[in-house]
Amino acid sequence: MSSEEHRQHVIAIGVYVGIWATLMILTALTVFASFLELGNWNIVLALVIATIKGTLVVLFFMHLYYSSKLTKVTVITALFFLFLLLALSMTDYLTRGWLTNPMH
Amino acid sequence: MATAVQANVERETYLNHDYTLKSWLLTKDHKRIAILYLISITVMFFVGGFFAMLIRLELLTPAGDLVSSDTYNKLFTMHGISMIFFFLIPSVPAVLGNFCIPLMVGAKDLAFPKLNLASWYIFMIGATFALVSMLWGGVDTGWTFYTPFSTTYSNTHVIGAALGVFISGFASIFTGLNFIVTIHRMRAPGLTWTRLPLFCWSNYAASIIMVLGTPVVAITILLVALERLLHIGVFNPALGGDPLLFQHLFWFYSHPAVYIMILPGMGVISEIVACFARKRVFGYEFVALASISIAVLGFLVWAHHMFVAGISVYAALVFSLLSYFVAIPSAVKVFNWTATLYKGSIRYDTPMLYAFGFIGLFTIGGLTGVFLSSLGVDVHVTDTYFVVAHFHYVMVGGMVLAYMAGLHFWWPKITGKLYPEGWAKLSALLVFVGFNLTFFPQFILGYMGMPRRYHAYPPEFQVLNVMSTAGASVLAVGYVLPMIYFLWSLRYGEDAGPNPWNAVGLEWMTPSPPPTHNFEETPVVTWEAYDYEHQPEQQEVAVGQ
Amino acid sequence: MANSDIEVAELSLQHHFASMDQQRESSTFGMWLFLLTEIMFFGGLFCAYLVYRATYYQAFVEGSQTMNIWLGATNTAVLICSSLTMALGVRCAQTDNRKLMVILLIFTMMFGLAFLGIKAIEYHEHWTAHQFPGPNFSFPQAEANGVNPQNVQIYFSLYWAMTGLHALHMVIGVGLVLWITIVGARGRYSADYFAPVENVGLYWHFVDLVWIYLFPLLYLISHKHGG
Repeated sequence: MSSEEHRQHVIAIGVYVGIWATLMILTALTVFASFLELGNWNIVLALVIATIKGTLVVLFFMHLYYSSKLTKVTVITALFFLFLLLALSMTDYLTRGWLTNPMH
Repeated sequence: MATAVQANVERETYLNHDYTLKSWLLTKDHKRIAILYLISITVMFFVGGFFAMLIRLELLTPAGDLVSSDTYNKLFTMHGISMIFFFLIPSVPAVLGNFCIPLMVGAKDLAFPKLNLASWYIFMIGATFALVSMLWGGVDTGWTFYTPFSTTYSNTHVIGAALGVFISGFASIFTGLNFIVTIHRMRAPGLTWTRLPLFCWSNYAASIIMVLGTPVVAITILLVALERLLHIGVFNPALGGDPLLFQHLFWFYSHPAVYIMILPGMGVISEIVACFARKRVFGYEFVALASISIAVLGFLVWAHHMFVAGISVYAALVFSLLSYFVAIPSAVKVFNWTATLYKGSIRYDTPMLYAFGFIGLFTIGGLTGVFLSSLGVDVHVTDTYFVVAHFHYVMVGGMVLAYMAGLHFWWPKITGKLYPEGWAKLSALLVFVGFNLTFFPQFILGYMGMPRRYHAYPPEFQVLNVMSTAGASVLAVGYVLPMIYFLWSLRYGEDAGPNPWNAVGLEWMTPSPPPTHNFEETPVVTWEAYDYEHQPEQQEVAVGQ
Repeated sequence: MANSDIEVAELSLQHHFASMDQQRESSTFGMWLFLLTEIMFFGGLFCAYLVYRATYYQAFVEGSQTMNIWLGATNTAVLICSSLTMALGVRCAQTDNRKLMVILLIFTMMFGLAFLGIKAIEYHEHWTAHQFPGPNFSFPQAEANGVNPQNVQIYFSLYWAMTGLHALHMVIGVGLVLWITIVGARGRYSADYFAPVENVGLYWHFVDLVWIYLFPLLYLISHKHGG
């Protein structure tokens, strides 16, 4: 029966605990990193750490790593369209000052 | 196929299955839910039509003498809200899609029947909020709810109407979600993606837009309501907010929303052109791909609604270029339908008449959309009647005609009855003539400079306005006649039989009206889509006849 | 697995599905699609955040400094723990371990309630400090640090909207976990039929995921004034 397939993807408890521990460490790291003075790189670092955490949650807690191609495409589609919303909106905001007097 | 002997016994159908009101209001049958939606959106169509009638009456004379400016603002707002959110967006998906998609894929129902029923109730709650707001004094912000007027300065029932739209958005999301899962997971054996009817492809593409775009407008409307309630300043320039941010978030959905509206209509046209030319749709794969392309490209062009709003000219250039691209897949479809007609064996039944109307009028509407993508032209005609004419050509000349086409095409399947063909053809003619008389003058008016959303205008525009109102009267007759003869056909119409059009497709291989569970046994599909050449063989292979 | 599990599972087969597999795949795909809509729903707020942070960075710094980083970090840890117990709970459903599943789901709910409790404390602090947007908003330290209090109000509008929407989703999540705990305690789930548990798990992890982004974006903008 094909429910066998699904039962094969029982992830070891150790993996879950390992992911949990990694997430906790990354949380501590993100708080620590916020006290460093890196100028514009602070936000980049914060988002990179958040994305690593998020990826771990999605891949392992939400089983995306073991899921069908369709599910993976669904997640990528969501992220892509969110990216479109943010990026295309910013084409307006980032370029508003370009034609005007540099002082604004 | 039901034999003469079987016909004497009353066959179980989804209609006679149970006559109680409770069985209708608690149904999980996609066919009954489609009927529930049909009734609801027809009511909202006439609500929207009522406001249109008042608008056109006001515009008979140059002076703003029928209603005050404030009332006029409410009229065009409520016309837009009723028609867009409560008629056009649900029309083909929630009525024809709900009814036909499970049949077309050979399934017993959609993937989530209870969610489907919930979707209708959510729609009704949203419609109630909107109607109550309208009856209680109306809304005057335009269907576009631009800030800061909607958040700060309007004195009308903005929150009620906005909540109505917000709530009905979830109905749309749930319908789209249901369609996507159904089409992916519940196709009958042998029904590969490339054998799927193009109606399914189009609704699938529209569903992708529904699930991706609607949530953004939902959160935006929520923010408008919060801002109005709590006087925060997210969109109010006086408090540091940016009204253009509202417009970005609003149009991120509302532009793709027009593709939510038109794509299912295009799907209907594909089905009808194939059936009434008795030919496989030319370039099937390209039409399918074009549907998906429209869905994706449609998300990249929203700021073409904001060219004169104050966005950066560099952003405007980007969006202008992208807007040209989105016309291409639509054009591909028009060429492919035309090529399907070539050397086809054409029958001029009512659905085909509406389809012809669609192809011509959608082409005009679509091309004028391309004019609007050009920044220079847009600066001249934006916020004039040119834009009004453009979107009515695609929405009414396109989408409403497609909806009418689909209603006529599948009416025999849905009800088991034939409508009177003579009256139907007359109505189609009245709609076509009335529509063009109403809206073509508006292209000229807009180009000459008549602004939209104004109830008073310079006297030199009166002749064209009178023409437009006259056209609207003819159009109205064309809309009312089908109401009458469709209802008439329920009682007095000829029995339709399972396949009155001799069409290819799984939905035509089950009785009319279908039994509750759709098919006696799960069909197995071994033929290509629109395989009109091998039609007799398919009838034998299809199971349960 | 015992025969009776399959029988129990088959009782759960809905009439329009051809098999339990089709039902399970459909329901899970449906939940992922729903989460896709949630990403776009929150996405609108993230877009607003992006635009205003870029425009009013200093005001956002000032607003962010009123946040209690330690409460925020604790809440982040609480949610991560809840995700662990949720994931392990799903695993128990998958391996027919009913008793442990119920215990883990109860722990998940408790972590969720702890999150909401800490959030309530934070909200109370902000509320009494007049840091709720509207006519009563007041941010006296704005001038001293060279920012326009109106712009700080926009930060707080987004703070309350984003964390409020998130908290609403948490409440719904706790309700969903409660539902599957009760149903699960009655023995309705097994290795052959545990899709509802898995799908509630997906929802729960998603809510955690949103917080993973909210925490640095709202709490950790900068600890320096004028930086």
